[in-house]
Amino acid sequence: MGPGAPAATRVVVLAGGLSHERDVSLRSGRRVAEALRESGAEVEVRDMDADLLRVLRDDRPDCVVPLLHGETGEDGAVREVLELVGLPYVGSRPSACRAAFDKPVAKAVVQRAGIHTPVGVTLPHETFRELGAAAVMEAIIASVGLPLFVKPARGGSALGCTAVREASALASAMVGAFAYGDTALVERFVEGIEVAVPVVDTGAGARALPVVSIEPDGGVYDYTARYTAGSTRFEVPAKLPDVLAAECARVAVLAHDTLGLRDLSRSDLIIDADGTVWFLEVNVAPGLTETSTVPLSVGAAGLDLGDLVADLVRAAMVRSTQPASPTTGADPS
Amino acid sequence: MSEHDRGPSDPPPGRPAVRGRAHGNSPGPGGSTRLDSYVDRYAARTQGMTASEIRALFSVASRPEVVSLAGGMPNISGLPLDVVGDAIADLVSTRGTVAMQYGSGQGDPHLRDQICDVMRLEGIEAHPDDVVVTVGSQQAVDLVTRIFCDPGDVVICEAPSYVGALGVFKAYECDVVHVEMDEHGLVPSALREAIATVQAAGRRIKFVYTIPNYHNPAGVTLSSERRPEILKICRDADVLVLEDNPYGLLGFDEEPYRALRADEADGVIYLGSFSKTFAPGFRVGWALAPHAVREKLVLAQESATLCPPSFSQLAVSAYLEKHDWLGQVKQFREMYRERRDAMVGALSDMMPAAAHWNVPTGGFYVWLTLPPGLDAKAMLPRAVTARVAFVPGTAFFADGFGSQSMRLSYCYPTPERIREGVRRLVGVIEEELELRATFGTGLGEAATLELNRGYDGPTSDLT
Repeated sequence: MGPGAPAATRVVVLAGGLSHERDVSLRSGRRVAEALRESGAEVEVRDMDADLLRVLRDDRPDCVVPLLHGETGEDGAVREVLELVGLPYVGSRPSACRAAFDKPVAKAVVQRAGIHTPVGVTLPHETFRELGAAAVMEAIIASVGLPLFVKPARGGSALGCTAVREASALASAMVGAFAYGDTALVERFVEGIEVAVPVVDTGAGARALPVVSIEPDGGVYDYTARYTAGSTRFEVPAKLPDVLAAECARVAVLAHDTLGLRDLSRSDLIIDADGTVWFLEVNVAPGLTETSTVPLSVGAAGLDLGDLVADLVRAAMVRSTQPASPTTGADPS
Repeated sequence: MSEHDRGPSDPPPGRPAVRGRAHGNSPGPGGSTRLDSYVDRYAARTQGMTASEIRALFSVASRPEVVSLAGGMPNISGLPLDVVGDAIADLVSTRGTVAMQYGSGQGDPHLRDQICDVMRLEGIEAHPDDVVVTVGSQQAVDLVTRIFCDPGDVVICEAPSYVGALGVFKAYECDVVHVEMDEHGLVPSALREAIATVQAAGRRIKFVYTIPNYHNPAGVTLSSERRPEILKICRDADVLVLEDNPYGLLGFDEEPYRALRADEADGVIYLGSFSKTFAPGFRVGWALAPHAVREKLVLAQESATLCPPSFSQLAVSAYLEKHDWLGQVKQFREMYRERRDAMVGALSDMMPAAAHWNVPTGGFYVWLTLPPGLDAKAMLPRAVTARVAFVPGTAFFADGFGSQSMRLSYCYPTPERIREGVRRLVGVIEEELELRATFGTGLGEAATLELNRGYDGPTSDLT
């Protein structure tokens, strides 16, 4: 850099953490750091540890990009701390993260906005113990019907998720979900085309990027299918009639706006045989690994991942110089 | 797709992509992609080389908040770094151009001489000509398998067996047949029966792979009484023995056991390592093999690496020469004994009655079997939440067995941390027991179906 050239933007990428998705987060962190460097930023990748706050306070980077997945990464806690130390960061506010990360809460919020989401029930494991698992499971099947999809109420990367096609398989699916958390979401399994829709907002309003359709070789988009290159076929833009692609985009943007999300999110949707688009969940720190869907979609939109994240960094920096806006999150107004 | 985006094997512009797919590792302007343009070209042996949920969970084990009872890393903090540093400085200044040059494919002659002295401690009389130095004994397992095994050949292993060796056998597409162990090691009658069954089926057994001392992961040792019997069974059946002995000098209470190789020169290939008696970072191990086999091992070594690293070999050699390395091993043993005591003491104090485990007399590992109905792999996410890590038993079987067991290692954490780790683990087990009680037992198999995909072996800093 010659004398007089503008100093590079100094960015700290947060990756790692202690969640079940630490490995995914490290992969996202590596990829984004590299992309940001290529777009000219000065990047440091840091894990969550006892030294982090001191470093952030002392070094005062221009912006923080939290790429922590799972619990503390997506439930808003880290962002709350970034607000405390007054550093600009890319991504949604803490309160919005809290709502979005809790799948049952997110479903309820988007449903009120008119989005379809599979009927389901959210129960902590104590309920099964207190009322008898057999009776509760019977009631679930009687009410929600089969097939079902069981997942931890909070968490990502399909960890602890199981499709249940027979009543006899529900108990083990519940045990699988409770291994990852105390509360499980059991919802009606919707058969159809699985798609992911990123939504970005670099300052000019939220817009959907091309829809990605997902066809795992084994039929199940589980952890192995997600993070083994070659084991899943992605179509981007998804081969969908225009009207359906537009509907997916509309649902994703509406979910993003309704939940009060900021900068970047990814909605996971299912399109059933009738062409109805169902909302499954939204991610406030979507995976940005080599095998993740968001970078695919970014590329298909003709964008460069590094440039896009650099734009989000710039927007976050501009935002931080503006008067504080309400931080209530999950605020559709 | 730009030129830059093309993988080396992608079709050049103008030629159709294989099977009509749009390829490319970087997402181009769109289309269909599997994110791996080589997916149809990999060898069959890469099947199973996939991401795994279990491996991903190990990612947190290296964090200081987590008590890792999963690792197999030796604790080398007691090494005299000043002595090692001086020896290496001296090596560079006096023999630098040798140390940094290619060496013999068989390994440094002087080091091979010293290796024979080391093996003499276990009753082996060997000639340096029959020693091949390898990149850790792990590479010796690889080279031996490479020269003996065709796809479909049978390798007999203990149940459970070392995960790193199972990985090698899988890579060479061998079929592993596990044979029962008890508290005295490999069970002779079970071995005899397994060999007979496999041979009766017209299949070829290439060798019996055994870790006789302070077994990884089972923690047991083959009794002195059984050793001649095991050798006789293999001799009678004309089956080679691959004796893997990285922990032999790390017994807590007794003199080193007499190696199988000490009493059988022709039918045994012996593998040794400096990883646990000195330090694993040098990656120096060895194979001692009958003359004809040794010739092939050297050729295989040359095709694999040209030669084992000269610098590491000379550094190890200098350490052996200039330091009371046996005194150091004795210190290691005392340190590991204290940790073993911390582990088994904590287990006795805290574990539910229905769990059981062995008390190892050396080495790094306790093999714990959980109360009936529990599945170690299914518990791992909960353990990560509780900040404790272990290796589920299934990693040590080629056939999916071992779900009710886990390997606990005491080599790396301090005694206080070991106790804390066991305390956390007990909490995890109690929660899991409660959950199983709620949903009923007998879920074992089904409950882990979703966890069974992918390669679950721990990463190298864990084995």
